[in-house]
Amino acid sequence: MTSDTAAARPGAPGSGADELAGLPPSPAVWCSGLRKRYGRRTAVDDVSFSVARGEVLGLLGPNGAGKTSVIKMLLGLVRPDAGEVLLLGRRATDPRSRSAVGYLPELFRYQPWLTAAEVLDLHVRLARVPVPAAGRRECLALVGLGDRAGDRVGGFSKGMQQRLGLAVALVARPELVVLDEPTSALDPLGRVDVRDIVLSLKSRGVAVLLNSHLIGEVERVCDRVVILDQGRVAASGTLAELLGQREVRLRLVGAEGRAEERLRAAGSLTRSGDWFTVQLPADDDGVTVPDLVRDLVGLGVRVHAVEPVRISLEERLLAVLRHDEPAHDGAGHEEANR
Amino acid sequence: MTALTVAGLTLREAFRRRVVWALLILTVALLALSGWGFSKLIGLDTELGTMTSGEARLVASVLLNLIMFGFSLIAAIGTAFLAGPTLAGEVESGQALAMLARPVRRSAVLLGKWLGLVAFGSGYVVLAGLAQILVVRAAVGYWPPSPAGGLALLAAQTVVLLTLALLLSSVVSPMASGIVAVGLFGATWVAGVVGGIGRALGNEGVERVGTVSRVILPTDGLWRGAMNAFQDPIALVQMGPGEAGFPFLSDGSLTVAYLAWAAVWIAVIWGLTALSFQRRDL
Repeated sequence: MTSDTAAARPGAPGSGADELAGLPPSPAVWCSGLRKRYGRRTAVDDVSFSVARGEVLGLLGPNGAGKTSVIKMLLGLVRPDAGEVLLLGRRATDPRSRSAVGYLPELFRYQPWLTAAEVLDLHVRLARVPVPAAGRRECLALVGLGDRAGDRVGGFSKGMQQRLGLAVALVARPELVVLDEPTSALDPLGRVDVRDIVLSLKSRGVAVLLNSHLIGEVERVCDRVVILDQGRVAASGTLAELLGQREVRLRLVGAEGRAEERLRAAGSLTRSGDWFTVQLPADDDGVTVPDLVRDLVGLGVRVHAVEPVRISLEERLLAVLRHDEPAHDGAGHEEANR
Repeated sequence: MTALTVAGLTLREAFRRRVVWALLILTVALLALSGWGFSKLIGLDTELGTMTSGEARLVASVLLNLIMFGFSLIAAIGTAFLAGPTLAGEVESGQALAMLARPVRRSAVLLGKWLGLVAFGSGYVVLAGLAQILVVRAAVGYWPPSPAGGLALLAAQTVVLLTLALLLSSVVSPMASGIVAVGLFGATWVAGVVGGIGRALGNEGVERVGTVSRVILPTDGLWRGAMNAFQDPIALVQMGPGEAGFPFLSDGSLTVAYLAWAAVWIAVIWGLTALSFQRRDL
């Protein structure tokens, strides 16, 4: 969501070929000022963000926040009332922009009269990408449908259909994968499979846009997060930016005078009885806490407990949605304000 | 490329959903029954005496039109109810989402659906109609004056109706689109019969009902052209001027201008469907 990518149109036509050759590849997704109204209800209002190549971006927000509408506008399934979208460097109005895009819709339904393998064949033909039969079989095996390739989709459970949808999204060698609630019908094992697949995509440099209600899932796999609320970007940034500074809680006995000064030197300090909470600096390189404990012991302080405190993404999300705190402390909320 | 893929998919749907088998059984039953009925025509004792082979051919010509109407009705209803779910149903169920997120133009997908339905509907009326003509020939020795032209017009009638059903299915629900398309088809046929009666009675106002309806929806006009191609040319003369309003005889072949209008009509409705589908939020 960095504002630099959102502010200037990357890969915009008009530049010379030589100039373009030296530029980094355009973002996988770039959108600016997206708006959509359904009748009198504004579903999406001035949403801008970008997803870099190889990045995993999580789209979070309550029901009706406009997440699926945003995804559909990116993919040309819904016409935005205003705003621009570039997919992999091409305008989204050009169907070729979706050549290397895989999509698992929230409402996943595939031709019930086709077999799983035939559904993949169809999508490979529509994507016009040469994927050998072995590649298609591997794709089905990856989502756990290797032995159901010849079965009609009509006989599949919801979970199996969602797995098939995942295979459809992955089959045509995508550079961008858009997953809209990819685990809504999956069992816990299936969720782990999806997480592994997303991490594997990331390791191969494939960008992923993930819309999920399962915050733990998002927290584990996403590099950055965009929180939508009532159609607007309520907060956005990297996980580190959104979750703020880390803290460490220590239970100490005999921490007076110089020991307390040493604690203050490590970071902003609050005390409650024997418990001391130190806010760690954002650029902490991982030695602040061990050094602090060593020095405290050296000063004769008895260290009973050292607990890292980390605000969860869920807590942060709830705080943003309930307006308990400013939405963009340190996080990139530039897009919504532009 | 996309259009051909989608056309193949549409045809495969018709086979896999057993539409083809259901139609095949229905058609074979209809052909067998009509073959048996036609074979009984010769030597039939009526109040006016035994029917001669010439009279039998005349009756066969009228009955052939009646049965062809049956086939065109089956094709019309079949394609109208296939066309509805194919677009509106796929949008409603979400099947369209994954497909249209591929690098495809919506107009190419629509063209594919249309081509698939055209192949299915036209293929059905041509094959079933040809089989019926052969059955009649075998039973009573009657061969229509222009069987190829008649079958082509029957196919064109099916194309008109399925194009309309596709347009409707891009704006209303699948069920509503099928019902409205078949309803309009029936209404135009009735208007054509009313127009024929008006003509027989020399009432221009009533006659105009048929003319106007044939311009608004060319199914009935094409059907009358097809009937004219199937019927014995002397049938109308034998029936006499007072019977000109009879709904299973047609008193004139189609003009080139009307055929051109039917082609324009299909193109315009197809264009409107493409426009409506292009703008639709999924």
